[in-house]
Amino acid sequence: MSLFDYTLKELQEKLHNKEISVTELVEESYQRIEAVDGKVKAFLTLNKEQALKQAEELDAARGTEGTGALFGLPIGVKDNIVTNGLRTTCASQFLDNFINPLYDATVVEKLADAKAVTIGKLNMDEFAMGSSNENSSYYATRNPWNTDYVPGGSSGGSAAAVAAGEVFFSLGSDTGGSIRQPAAFCGVVGLKPTYGRVSRFGLVAFASSLDQIGPVTRTVEDNAYLLEAISGHDKMDATSADVDVPNFTEALTGDVKGLRIAVPKEYLSEGVSEEVKEAVMSALRKYEELGATWEEVSLPHSKYAVATYYLIASSEASANLARFDGVRYGVRTQNAESMLDMFKRSRSEGFGDEVKRRIMLGTFALSSGYYDAYYKKAQQVRTLIKNDFEKVLEDYDVIIGPTTPTPAFKVGEIVDDPLTMYANDILTIPVNLAGVPGISVPCGFSSDGLPIGLQIIGKHFDESTVYRTAHAFEQATDFHKQRPSLGGAQS
Amino acid sequence: MSRISKEEVKHVANLARLAISEKEADMFTKQLDDIITYAEQLNELDTTDVEPTTHVLDLKNVMRKDEPRKWLEKEDVLKNAPDHKDGQFKVPSILE
Repeated sequence: MSLFDYTLKELQEKLHNKEISVTELVEESYQRIEAVDGKVKAFLTLNKEQALKQAEELDAARGTEGTGALFGLPIGVKDNIVTNGLRTTCASQFLDNFINPLYDATVVEKLADAKAVTIGKLNMDEFAMGSSNENSSYYATRNPWNTDYVPGGSSGGSAAAVAAGEVFFSLGSDTGGSIRQPAAFCGVVGLKPTYGRVSRFGLVAFASSLDQIGPVTRTVEDNAYLLEAISGHDKMDATSADVDVPNFTEALTGDVKGLRIAVPKEYLSEGVSEEVKEAVMSALRKYEELGATWEEVSLPHSKYAVATYYLIASSEASANLARFDGVRYGVRTQNAESMLDMFKRSRSEGFGDEVKRRIMLGTFALSSGYYDAYYKKAQQVRTLIKNDFEKVLEDYDVIIGPTTPTPAFKVGEIVDDPLTMYANDILTIPVNLAGVPGISVPCGFSSDGLPIGLQIIGKHFDESTVYRTAHAFEQATDFHKQRPSLGGAQS
Repeated sequence: MSRISKEEVKHVANLARLAISEKEADMFTKQLDDIITYAEQLNELDTTDVEPTTHVLDLKNVMRKDEPRKWLEKEDVLKNAPDHKDGQFKVPSILE
């Protein structure tokens, strides 16, 4: 049994009773990484020396001073979250030499305040653009349940590291499903908070109106603890919301009697595999047993979400990624003839194809003559999609459906087909467009032994009800107790 | 009918400060054309009088006092730069 099979509460108790030490926990992480990361490839950079030093300090301080909410727990951080003095690449060659970031993201400061120990930086699709981790410019992370399959993306490293027991928990980021989809594929719990719940300061921006940092864990309760630690208004992020952070774990009563669940018919339509539908239906039957009720509803603009998302996210990305110019940081091309030549060649050598494709799509959608037809149109459809959610959530407490249309696909299967890859996010993208919170929790396995995720969506700033709903299901099932075997005929 | 020509792709690449080869231009033309064609399904929807959503939270301008504040040290910032001289970023010549 791994120490990471315990819950946060159990580990805190063991630490404070001195049954285990922080050093043991941190060593457990690095030993596991040593043993399995050659296969899983979840990490890009390790923080071993610093982490062991911090562990020693925390061990010495045990029992003598105020302890943090995440005291001594090993965490992995997605590599688009800036860490002072610890290499931050966004899995891009452009930032290959960015070994000395000069400040911490707000969430990283909050982790430090809570006394978590940063184990290393996690692999991802380059600049968070992708759904399989195959767009990492270093190597593709593999799914711990079967290493022939993708872990999902873009926070594939964040989900795979938790599933494989390399860290206790991790942080990811979610722009169109980038936390929930890999959580579903890897059989762990991943939450995208309400837009504005968590500060984006120090998150390398992809699509600023959609990006949110969120927690990846093995249990719903631990997810709630981690969200509590990273949430809150931040004067460094003008889009972070000035609202109270509730005690999310208090909501975990196990009681969903009378809960009103909406099930969008669009989320169980063609394109969703039979196995996934069956797992979701079986989850709904479980909720009935627990005293909740569900009804079919419609989110009529769902089918337009992918097109809307790719226009909006790419437009925002084309502006955000303009900062990578080879002047202040990053890799500059050799022997440039002029300033313009330097910009163009540095960017072309530093960015992968998916990043270039989205920058060009965004530049096109924002360019003179096309702005109204594409960008503005997409923003108007975004309003319709947002209204769909608000209307349904007036009458229901949560919306439930699958996280993804299918379980994980094989490495290399759709990597050359951008549109098919984009369609994989059809059930997660609308949630980002509406800005509401959504979680993925394990709800079954395919006949190939791959995890299936249940998505629970709530009202703006009502993560408490999302967590309560997820927790009640988790406590009534044992999918979250299954562990991957790291099998697969990987080359 | 194609939505974007190879010439337009080259123009967009230039606007985005990307250098692309002829072969890449062919690949991106095909892929972007597919994506833009797919995106045109939005035209099925009548959006007359629908307000665009730029942002999901009801935020107006968020103002703060304009006060000087300590941030990063110049020497540290320059350490991350590909090239610098006399305390400033150094770039290739701008004037031809």
